[in-house]
Amino acid sequence: MQSWIPLVPDSASTFSWKVDALYFYLSGVTLFFTLLISAVLIFFAIRYRRRTPYEIPRPIAGSHKLETLWTVIPFVIAMTMFAWGAQLYFQQYKPPQNAVEVYVVGKQWMWKLQHATGQREINELHVPVGRKIKLIMTSEDVIHDFFVPAFRTKADVVPGRYTTLWFEATKPGQYHLFCAEYCGMNHSGMIGSVYVMEPREFDNWLAGNTSSSTPAAAGQQLFQTLGCASCHGANGEGGRGPTLAGLVGRETPLEGGQTVRADEAYIRESILNPGAKIVAGFTPIMPTFQGQVTEDQLVQLVAFIKSLPGGTGTTPGASPASTPLPSPPVSSSPSGSPTENR
Amino acid sequence: MQPIESFEVPAPPKVNYINAQYGLKSWLLTKDHKRIALLYLGSITFFFFIGGIYAMMIRLELLTPQGDLVQSATYNKVFTQHGIIMIFFFLIPSIPATLGNFLIPMMIGAKDLAFPRINLLSWYIYLAGGVITIYALLAGGVDTGWTFYTPFSTTFSNSYVVATGLGIFITGFSSILTGLNFIVTIHTMRAPGMTWFRMPLFLWSHYATSLIMILGTPVIAITVLLLAFERLSGVGIFNPALGGDPVLFQHLFWFYSHPAVYIMVLPSMGVVSELVANFSRKNIFGYSFVAFSSLAIAVFGFLVWGHHLFVASQSVYAGMIFSFLSFAVAIPSAIKVFNWTATLYKSSISYDTPMLYALGFIGLFTIGGMTGLFLASLAVDVHLSDTYFVVAHFHYIMVGGALMGYLGGLHYWWPKISGRMYPEGWGRFSALVIFVGFNLTFLPQFIAGYLGMPRRYHAYPPEFQVFNVLSTAGASILGLGMLIPSIYFVWSMRYGKHAEPNPWHLPGLEWRTQSPPPTENFEVTPIVTWEAYEFAPPEETEVVGKFGPELERI
Amino acid sequence: MIESHATTQDIHGHPALQHHFENMEQQREAGTIGMWVFLVTEIMFFGGMFLAYALYRNFFPAAFASASNHLDITLGAVNTGVLIVSSFTMALAVYFTQVGNRRPQILCLVLTLILGLTFLGIKAVEYHEKYTDRLIPGHLIPGASFGPEAHALHLLPGATLPQVEMFYWIYFAMTGMHALHMIIGAGLLTFLIVYSIKGRFDPEYHSPVEIIGLYWHFVDIVWIFLFPLLYLLGRHFEHG
Repeated sequence: MQSWIPLVPDSASTFSWKVDALYFYLSGVTLFFTLLISAVLIFFAIRYRRRTPYEIPRPIAGSHKLETLWTVIPFVIAMTMFAWGAQLYFQQYKPPQNAVEVYVVGKQWMWKLQHATGQREINELHVPVGRKIKLIMTSEDVIHDFFVPAFRTKADVVPGRYTTLWFEATKPGQYHLFCAEYCGMNHSGMIGSVYVMEPREFDNWLAGNTSSSTPAAAGQQLFQTLGCASCHGANGEGGRGPTLAGLVGRETPLEGGQTVRADEAYIRESILNPGAKIVAGFTPIMPTFQGQVTEDQLVQLVAFIKSLPGGTGTTPGASPASTPLPSPPVSSSPSGSPTENR
Repeated sequence: MQPIESFEVPAPPKVNYINAQYGLKSWLLTKDHKRIALLYLGSITFFFFIGGIYAMMIRLELLTPQGDLVQSATYNKVFTQHGIIMIFFFLIPSIPATLGNFLIPMMIGAKDLAFPRINLLSWYIYLAGGVITIYALLAGGVDTGWTFYTPFSTTFSNSYVVATGLGIFITGFSSILTGLNFIVTIHTMRAPGMTWFRMPLFLWSHYATSLIMILGTPVIAITVLLLAFERLSGVGIFNPALGGDPVLFQHLFWFYSHPAVYIMVLPSMGVVSELVANFSRKNIFGYSFVAFSSLAIAVFGFLVWGHHLFVASQSVYAGMIFSFLSFAVAIPSAIKVFNWTATLYKSSISYDTPMLYALGFIGLFTIGGMTGLFLASLAVDVHLSDTYFVVAHFHYIMVGGALMGYLGGLHYWWPKISGRMYPEGWGRFSALVIFVGFNLTFLPQFIAGYLGMPRRYHAYPPEFQVFNVLSTAGASILGLGMLIPSIYFVWSMRYGKHAEPNPWHLPGLEWRTQSPPPTENFEVTPIVTWEAYEFAPPEETEVVGKFGPELERI
Repeated sequence: MIESHATTQDIHGHPALQHHFENMEQQREAGTIGMWVFLVTEIMFFGGMFLAYALYRNFFPAAFASASNHLDITLGAVNTGVLIVSSFTMALAVYFTQVGNRRPQILCLVLTLILGLTFLGIKAVEYHEKYTDRLIPGHLIPGASFGPEAHALHLLPGATLPQVEMFYWIYFAMTGMHALHMIIGAGLLTFLIVYSIKGRFDPEYHSPVEIIGLYWHFVDIVWIFLFPLLYLLGRHFEHG
C-alpha cells in the first residue's frame, strides 16, 4: 500500500491541513517538553548521583519565582492551544448557510444516506470536490459516530435527535468512513467509503444513478397519506393547524410566550410529540405520530416541509427572505447540478 | 534532629503484625490496617492478572487485520471486561487500599485508621462486588464497553449488564468507605506535633484522592443503579422513545469517571513524591506547591467531564468551557513535574529500583499528560476522539503513570511490609524491561490513532497493521516484565534477605519502627518535632530566590 | 485538635474506648466527622436523581403537573408531618442521652421508630394505589405494565402518557431510594433501642445516638425536598 509509514492520513477537506497544523504544534510542544524534562532528569541523575553511602545534600526549600515561572508559562502555552482549538472547532461545527444537505440514518450496522436529489446510498457517500456538504444525521437504534479521518471530522449519531456535520472536500479519491462509537457486535464492520469526485464525474454519477424520488417528493406523498394536509393544507398553507410554508428558519411564537426557531429537530419533535410546543393561537389537537413513522420517513417529511415555498429551501437558519439556491461549482456542467426540488 | 546514622532502630523483637496471631480467622476478622492491606494486595493482584489475560487476548487478536482469533461478539466482551476489571477492581483500589491502608496510620504516628472495622468491611464489600462481577463474566460476560453507553446497554445488549452493574455498584462502596476512613484519620489522628504541613506528601495525595472518592463515587453508584432499573423495567430516563436522553447518561457517567482517573493517578503521584525525596535525600522542592496542587487537581477534576462529550452532540459553547477547564487542570500536574525535577538538583540520587520507577513515572506521565492536551484541544479532539490516540493517552497515564508509581511504592516499602528485601538486581532489570515494553506497546498507538484507526475495533483496515504488530510485540515484553516481580516478591517472602528496620536510612516515621512493624505500629506514640523529609537541620536550609551562582555553576 | 491530657478514665479507658484512639474526645470527634462525610456522599447519591428530575420537569412541564396532581397530597402531607415530628423526637432522644435520663431517652427512640414505621406504612399504601391504577412504569411488575385508565389520570394540555411514565419512573426511583434509607434508619434505631435498654450509653459515651440522629435528620431533609417537588408541582403550575 504505502511505501513509507505516514504520520497523518490523507488530507481531503478544507479542515484537514488546519487540524494538522494544530496537531503539529501540539506535537512540537509535547516533544520539546518531553525531551527537556527527560534530558534534565538524566543529567541530574548522573551529575548528582550518590557518591558516598551516608552523604546528605544541602536542603533547598523552594522558590516562589520558579514556581510562578513554571505555572505562568505552561498556562500561557495551554491558552494558545485552547484558543486555536476552540476557534477551529467553531468552524468545524457551525455549518455554513449554503451547504448542500445529505441525510444520514445510522443503524446497526450500516449507514443509509440520501441525497437531497433523491439518490440513496448504503455505506457510501459520493460528493463533489469544492462543495460544502452538510450531513443531517440520526440513528434508528443506538449511538453511532460518522467518522471520516481524511476530513478530520466526526460527530455522534444519536437516536431521538438530529446531529450535523459539515465539510468541503478538496481532493478526489476514496476515503475511509468509520463508525466511531461502539455500537455492538459488528461495530468494526460498520465501515464504508466516501468518494470525492471531480464535479463533472459527480454529475455523471448523479445522472447514472437512477434515484427514487427525492426525499422532499417522498415526504409530500407521506404528507397526504398520513393526513397532515387535512389540518395544514396540501401545500402547508395552514388551516386548523399552523402554516408550514416558510416555516424553517422562522422564529415561531408559542403559547406561553416563548419563541422557538424552527429547525429540523423542531419539525421532528412536532410530529412525534406535538404537545411539547404549541404555536401561539392554536389548540393542542394534533395527534402524535410516534410509532407510525420511521426515521427515514421523518427525514422525508422534514425535507418536504423545508422545500415549501416561502421557505429557505436547503438552508434552515437563513432568513426567510429570498436566499439564492446553492450556486453550482464554477467548472461544472450546466445540467444536473443538485438543486432543491423547486 | 539526629544525624543519619541514628535513624537506626534497635534490633527487632520477634513479634510483628504478621506472626502476632496465627490462623485464618485472625486474618479474615482482623482489625489491623496492615493485615487488611495485605488482604487487599492479594485480591487486587488476582484481578490484575485477570485483566492482564484480557489484555493479552486483545493484543493477540489485533496482530492481524482480520478478526480471526475470536468472534467479534467475544472480542467486544474481552475489551469491555479488560476495562472494567482493570479500572474498578485494580486501579481504583490499588495504591489507596494497599499502600494507603498500610502506611497512612504509620506516617501520622497513629495505631490504626479511625474506623478499623469499616476498613475490614470495605475489603469484604470489594470482594462481594468482585465475586458478583466474576459471576457475570463466567455466566456470559458483558459487551457494552466499560462506559456502558445507553441505549445500547439498556435496550440492545444481550449480555449480563445488570449483574456487572451490580458488582460495580457494590464495589463502589468499598471506595467510599476507604476515602471516608482516610479523611477522618488524617483530620483527627495525627500524632502530637504532626501539623498538616509536616505531613509527607503521600498523605496530601491520599487526602485529595479521598475527597474525590467520597464526592464522585456516589454519582456512578446512582447512575449504574438507574441504568440497571431502566434495563429491568424497559423504560427510563435514558430512553429516547419516551423523550428520554441517552446523552444524559454520558453526563452522569463521566461526572464520576473523569474524577476517577484522578483517583487512579493522585495516589501514585504521592508515592512518587516519597520516592523522589527519599532516594535523593532531599526535601521536595516547593513542598506546599505540590501539596496544594493535589487539592487543585481534585477540585478541577470535577469540572472537566464534558471533554468526553465534545463530539457527542454537546453544545459548542459548553464544549469551549470544558476545553478551557481541561487545560487548566493540566497546570497543577505540570507544577508537580517541575517540582520533582527541581528536587533532584544538587541532591544525592541512588539508583535503587524504586527510584527507577519514579524517574520512569515522571517521563511517562509527562507524555501522557501532554497528549491529554491534544484531547483537550477541541478541533484536534474532533479528529482523535474514539481513536487509538485516546487509548494510548490513557494507558500512558494509567500504566506509565499509576502502575509505575504502584510498583515503585511496592518495592520501596516492601522491606517494611514483609520484613524482607527483594533482589535488587532483578528489580532494576524488570523495571527496565517494563519501561521498554510499555513504550513499544503504546507509542505506535498514538500514530495509528491520528491516522484514523478507531478503538474497540475487532478487525481493521490493513494499513494499520504495522502499528498493531509493534504494539503486540511491546505488550509481550511488558507482560514478561511484570511477571518477574510477581515471582521474586513471592520468592523473597521465604528466601529474601531479612530487612533492617530502616534499610534505606530515611527519616520518615514509618521507618522509625520495626520491619515488619508490631501490630500497634509504635511502642509509644511519637511526638513529632521535625519537618517532612528532614534529612538535615532546618537552619541549614537554603532558599533559592533567583538565578544565583549555584545555578550558573552548571 | 487532639487533646493529649490524660484523665484517670483515659488511662484505664472508658469501656467503650477503642484501642486505637487516645481518648474518648478523639473517638467522638472521629465518629462525628465520619458521619458528616458519609452524609455528603448521600447528598451526591441523591443528587443524580434530583438532576434527572430537574431536567425532565423542564422538558415536560404539563405531564409532570398532571402526574403530580394525581399523587395523594393528603397522604404526602401527613407523611411530611410524621417525619418532622420524628426528627423532633430523635433530637429529644439525643438530648436525654446527653444528660443521662435513660427512660425518656428510650421512650423518644421508640417514638421515633414508630413514626418512621408509620411513614413507611403510608408509603406502602400509596405504592399500592399506584399498582392498582397501573402507574408503575414499564414492565417492572409482571402483568401490571404501565397503562392507566383514561379517567384515572387527567392529562393537562400538552402532556402525553410516555412523559407521565417518565414522571413515575423518577417518582419511584426517588421515593423508593428514600424509603430504603428509612428502612435502614429503622434498623439503626432498633439497634439504638436495644443498646439503650442495656445501658450502654451515658453522658460520657453517647456518640452513636448523636451520629444516628444526624443520619435520621438527613433522611428527613431529603423528604422535605421530595415532597414539594413531587407532590406540589401541579399546584405550582396552576398558579405559576
